[in-house]
Amino acid sequence: MKQHARLMKILFSFVALTALCAGLVGQSALAHEELVLDRAPIVEGDKASLQRGARAFANYCQNCHSAQYLRYSRLTDIGLSEEEIKSNLMFSSDKIGDTMTVALDKADAKAWFGNPPPDLSVEARVRGADWLYSYLRGFYKDSSRPTGWNNTVYHNVGMPHVLYELQGVQEMSGEEGAQSLKVVHPGKLSPAEYNQFSADLVNYLVWMAEPAKATRIQIGVLAIFFCVVAFFVTLALKKEFWKDIH
Amino acid sequence: MSTASENTKLAQATQWIDARFPMTSLWRDHISEYYAPKNFNFWYYFGSLAMLVLVIQLVTGIFLTMNYKPDARFAFASVEYIMRDVNYGWLIRYMHSTGASMFFVVVYLHMCRGLMYGSYRKPRELVWLIGMGIYLCLMGEAFMGYLLPWGQMSYWGAQVIISLFDAISPPLALWIRGDFVVSDATLNRFFAFHVIALPLVLVGLVLVHIIALHEVGSNNPDGVEIKKHKDPVTHKPLDGINFHPYYTLKDLVGVSVFLAIFSAVVFFAPEMGGYFLEANNFIPADPMKTPPHIAPVWYFTPYYAILRAIPQKQLGVIAMGAAVLIFLALPWLDRGAVKSIRYRGTLYKTAFGMFITAFLILGYMGTQDPNLWYVNPVSQVCTAIYFAFFLLMPIYSKLDKTLPEPDRVTS
Repeated sequence: MKQHARLMKILFSFVALTALCAGLVGQSALAHEELVLDRAPIVEGDKASLQRGARAFANYCQNCHSAQYLRYSRLTDIGLSEEEIKSNLMFSSDKIGDTMTVALDKADAKAWFGNPPPDLSVEARVRGADWLYSYLRGFYKDSSRPTGWNNTVYHNVGMPHVLYELQGVQEMSGEEGAQSLKVVHPGKLSPAEYNQFSADLVNYLVWMAEPAKATRIQIGVLAIFFCVVAFFVTLALKKEFWKDIH
Repeated sequence: MSTASENTKLAQATQWIDARFPMTSLWRDHISEYYAPKNFNFWYYFGSLAMLVLVIQLVTGIFLTMNYKPDARFAFASVEYIMRDVNYGWLIRYMHSTGASMFFVVVYLHMCRGLMYGSYRKPRELVWLIGMGIYLCLMGEAFMGYLLPWGQMSYWGAQVIISLFDAISPPLALWIRGDFVVSDATLNRFFAFHVIALPLVLVGLVLVHIIALHEVGSNNPDGVEIKKHKDPVTHKPLDGINFHPYYTLKDLVGVSVFLAIFSAVVFFAPEMGGYFLEANNFIPADPMKTPPHIAPVWYFTPYYAILRAIPQKQLGVIAMGAAVLIFLALPWLDRGAVKSIRYRGTLYKTAFGMFITAFLILGYMGTQDPNLWYVNPVSQVCTAIYFAFFLLMPIYSKLDKTLPEPDRVTS
């Protein structure tokens, strides 16, 4: 047994050392290439925020971006009634069981933007909340681009800044390497209000990417609790039966 | 001979069946009177856990098939349909995706146990070879299953792996894909293999693995044969205990712990930081857009790192294949005087430690961007260690100064 314990120690120290090295190397590698993203100040499950986000999505995004895997009826999960959904959010459809599609023709979209605007149903799972939050706030004027807009986290993006009325117009200024964005023409919203607007929209996109998430976590607590109880019961049973094994 | 119990309906039914099918004797031979060494430790949970994961995969797989559509136009959407519109579809899908990774976790630990305690050595060579068959089958199963969600990583991962066959023989790659690129034809055949062909083989091999194991008997952490010391009257091994109830109950404790960990992933971190479900796989497959960084799922990355470590592509493919298949030769490479690592000398222990470390580092390197300066040199060194562990084994395992094995198992 002694040798065995020593072996385990050696093995575990090997593994720990490997993990540590890998972690350190990995971190420096990531630091090298990763964009600096702003943390999205969202509270998942905040229904008021999600409803504001849904409204923003329907008004500003859903002209071009579909959410074809989400049914309008699912919006009842964020506290909206079917009546509210029908009268405030359904512009392109009249059946509550329909999914959020857009009328925009794919071929037209490709001609106008270079690429058709992607479906946003699961976009938050691709990009992450922080990226989306930074993206929505990262548009600036760039006369070299066909749309006149560029973005700090999505370089040479095909999408124009559809929210400029709200945010205002930003310009990139400063020396190479130490550039920053500055609002040159204020929009309808103050910077703080626009940040809140972006956060609500991101919150909604995150919810939409996995509407079952809240249920998943609820059931998860029960499942873990069940496993812990099962552990103690089976352990007691095992000990009882193994009493006579020496 | 007419005791009360024999006269019950149940006993009569048992007799009726036993006269026609060896139910009671099968139960005795494989469960209640299968004698397993009494000194199994932590490492011996993973065989039964692998069976549990297999069952989880089969059952969740059946339910996924009810709503999944193996068609390049609908596959991605049908997975999102399962995630959103099918009752508890998200749970079934996450169990299946987590199960895939957990299958490899338990199988790697199970294999590591075999390496540590010499479970592949005489008379268990066939148990080991059949086990390797299961491992190969599992790799095929995982690779083909990964294409089915039809996301960008599914698509380009398959494209990259199948293109390896191009390096060996282009007609072979064409034959596997059924098209010049990964396409609907590929998706359909992978679906067929994933849901019926390979699972059939897998289940068959698992049965054969257990039958072979029960023929020779289980090894144990001391690597000594319990069949050497039998009770002169009952002929049962002195260090053996009935699989049921002792190990069935012990394994249930392991199952509880495993399911707690499994649930923690399924319910709280189904993406597992991008290692179980990759972010790019939430983008539908696009044959016109190659993602900047394509890496296989974590359980293939050690081999992927070996592939990339070799500068010449054909040699790389051969090295990768050899890295997997070399495990088959293990029973004949090991010349050690003892089976278990407990009684091996410094030489073997060092080699083993280096091998495990190299395998883990290779796994990490396989996830990294190959353009980073350290990825290639580190992978090359680890690849050398990986193969040296096997190829030099006949020498160092023989030279190794081993400790005397105990006569009976230690607790």
